[in-house]
Amino acid sequence: MQYLLQMTYRPEDNTEEGTPEFEAEMRRWNALNDELKAAGHYIGASGLTLDATTVRKTADGEVTVTDGPYAETKEVLFSFYLLDVPDLDAAIAVAAKTPASEYGSVEIRPLVGYEPA
Amino acid sequence: MSAAAGALERAYRDERAAVLATLTRRLDGDLALAEDVVQDAFVAAAVDWDRRGAPQRPGAWLTTTAWRKALDRLRHDRVAAAHVPDMPMSSEFEYDESSLEDDQLAMLFACCHPALNPEARMALTLRSVAGLTVPEIARAFLSTEVAMERRLGRARHKVSNARIPVSVPSDDLLPERLAGVLRVVYLIYTEGHTATRGAAAVRGDLCEEAIRLARLLVRLMPDESEARGLLALLLLTDARRAARLDAAGALIALPEQDRTRWDAGRIEEGRGLIRGRPGPYLIQAAIAALHSEAPTWEATDWRQIAALYAQLERYDASPVVTVNRAVAVGFAAGPVAGLAILDAVAGDERLARYQPLHAARAELLARAGEHAAADAAYELAIALTENEATRAALAARRTAAGRS
Repeated sequence: MQYLLQMTYRPEDNTEEGTPEFEAEMRRWNALNDELKAAGHYIGASGLTLDATTVRKTADGEVTVTDGPYAETKEVLFSFYLLDVPDLDAAIAVAAKTPASEYGSVEIRPLVGYEPA
Repeated sequence: MSAAAGALERAYRDERAAVLATLTRRLDGDLALAEDVVQDAFVAAAVDWDRRGAPQRPGAWLTTTAWRKALDRLRHDRVAAAHVPDMPMSSEFEYDESSLEDDQLAMLFACCHPALNPEARMALTLRSVAGLTVPEIARAFLSTEVAMERRLGRARHKVSNARIPVSVPSDDLLPERLAGVLRVVYLIYTEGHTATRGAAAVRGDLCEEAIRLARLLVRLMPDESEARGLLALLLLTDARRAARLDAAGALIALPEQDRTRWDAGRIEEGRGLIRGRPGPYLIQAAIAALHSEAPTWEATDWRQIAALYAQLERYDASPVVTVNRAVAVGFAAGPVAGLAILDAVAGDERLARYQPLHAARAELLARAGEHAAADAAYELAIALTENEATRAALAARRTAAGRS
């Protein structure tokens, strides 16, 4: 079963890059990535910058591109995992191991249309 | 009742949840389809067993029949057809009676999974574990059948789509998940226990179902003292059910209840279950047991009850528990000691309109001889009381306190 884990936080809670706290957190993420890869659960993962660009197409086919959205205070998506694990409890266990579960939140979304092997 | 009808009723009561768990797992977590075909299998059994007699292994018969019906449906369903080649196509399907209890538990843990909202957990547990019909559940929750069917449908889809496991959780998850299951059973009881007038009879069924589920849990997990504690608490609370309502259907508080109307059988059974490692349910059951032994409200073993509430506060730091402890201490060690505990929580905003706090304060102040303060507390408590009988009892005590 494949799940997308969406990790959100409030940007002001961000740990500053280069600080010991940041390095310690990165070590935890890397250890979790290694663990998931070794178990065959890892499909993909990445952190995301907050420099969002929004694209829409109007009714007459014109593409509009806008800067943003900016979310200064509300929770924003900053990282994701794409996993293949047996069931929801396994996905919850991974979510609970992420540093994001401590200072932000992790939303688990099952992927549609997965055909069991 | 014919032998076949008796066998069908037993199978429905004892094996339905396990058959459903087996089918759901076999159908890749598709609880909605599993519910439909298990229902079809019971309908088929009603005809077949009546004609040919009940089979040797009713659970196996029902599982095989439901599985064949599932295969029929999948073959006819072009959308789902892609799934079919991935499944074993044999129409025979071995049902394992030795895992009956684990399968019942598996269904219970799936229905009470924390990824479902609390209302969905209760409804799904009543449908898929207790086997209540949708109209029965709708009536119990004072809802419509359409709304209840929708709630159940959403919950079943969540189970399938999110792949909520239909299995007994691993040892590291078990304590937390078991607490969740106990909570759902407790909430089902509370839903029935806070019966509103008129609907009281129907809601009483919910109390019976909760007790039945608690009994099942104790049977399935005999080493879990909190499961036993929950059953004991429900039995001891339920023992007072007949004494809780007056002729007009209004609630009567514990001090004013006619104790001769308490159910001695339930009390005895409940008290017999209180043993083992203490947890919140077992402690609450022990408190209820002490009340059940007391000849009157005043002649209750308040010292022990106060100690038990202090123990309970360690698990549940809610101000409600603290108020109860203050009442017990007020009897055990005198009103001043009780008031000191209430003063410590009096600043809590959540309690500003909490009637039991003000009623308890009034009582303790009156007994401490602080008549003016007691009168003011009675006034506030009476203003916060919606129930006519309780209001009358408080007013009588207020008058008595004013005269002393």
